[in-house]
Amino acid sequence: MVFGLANPQRFMIATRRLPAILGVATVLLFAAGLWLSFTAPEDYQQGDTVRIMFVHVPAAWMGLFVYAVLGGCSFFALVFRHVLADAAARAAAPLGAAFTGLALVTGSLWGRPMWGTWWEWDARLTSVLVLFLFYLGYMALRSSIDDEQKAGRAASVLALVGLVNLPIVKFSVDWWNTLHQPTSVLRPDGPTMTADILTPLLVMALAYTTFFGALWVLSIHTEIRRRRAAALAMRAAGRA
Amino acid sequence: MSLDLDMGKYAAFVWPAWAISALVLGALAAWVVGKARAASKALAEAEGEDAP
Repeated sequence: MVFGLANPQRFMIATRRLPAILGVATVLLFAAGLWLSFTAPEDYQQGDTVRIMFVHVPAAWMGLFVYAVLGGCSFFALVFRHVLADAAARAAAPLGAAFTGLALVTGSLWGRPMWGTWWEWDARLTSVLVLFLFYLGYMALRSSIDDEQKAGRAASVLALVGLVNLPIVKFSVDWWNTLHQPTSVLRPDGPTMTADILTPLLVMALAYTTFFGALWVLSIHTEIRRRRAAALAMRAAGRA
Repeated sequence: MSLDLDMGKYAAFVWPAWAISALVLGALAAWVVGKARAASKALAEAEGEDAP
């Protein structure tokens, strides 16, 4: 089943309704998340700024998750010369960049009232900025080389190098003294926040995930169609 | 469980964070859908030209 989907045409057929299904799920989850985010009590220390967390943290999680997806797809594209994996990697990059950029901007808007500064060159913020730059570098490299196969290979190598940054982002708050708060959800001894704050956060995170899923699958379809149209155009040019 | 839209002294930070998020995610969705439509159209034209 999984190997069958590795064929681009079979993938297109098998997933043709997936963007619409995930799109509907996204709308419903965002509606629920919006309601829960603004009915949750304010935090006893952070006041209403805690509501920034419901858009900031899911964006940051997605920035990391999408880069792991990008790295995984790049590995398969580089090692096995897999066309669908290469298309999937290319489709994931702008989405991950948008999530990471959003995490940086919303984090800055949260940091100003809580820390008294828009930006601080501490380990967490800097490593997330580096993550954002890896996304931009990947996209720039892909579009700067005309030969699509060479561009794909070069960008895949860059994506794999960037994987080193993921554990640095995740554990930066444990390894160094940072302004950023330590991990409060994905902890071995369980989340530190109460259910009325954790629930909207998880619903919003699920909404961001289905949103990414819908756009990613649709973007892979687009990439496959674009490549097929380019191949047909080349064939027509060869005949002329 | 009532809706709390009064962000008090933090309104200047909370609302822009939500507005920017909505704007970026909305623009991203529009961009991806627009590209998908353009690619479908381009492929249909290429297939039309390729047909014998």
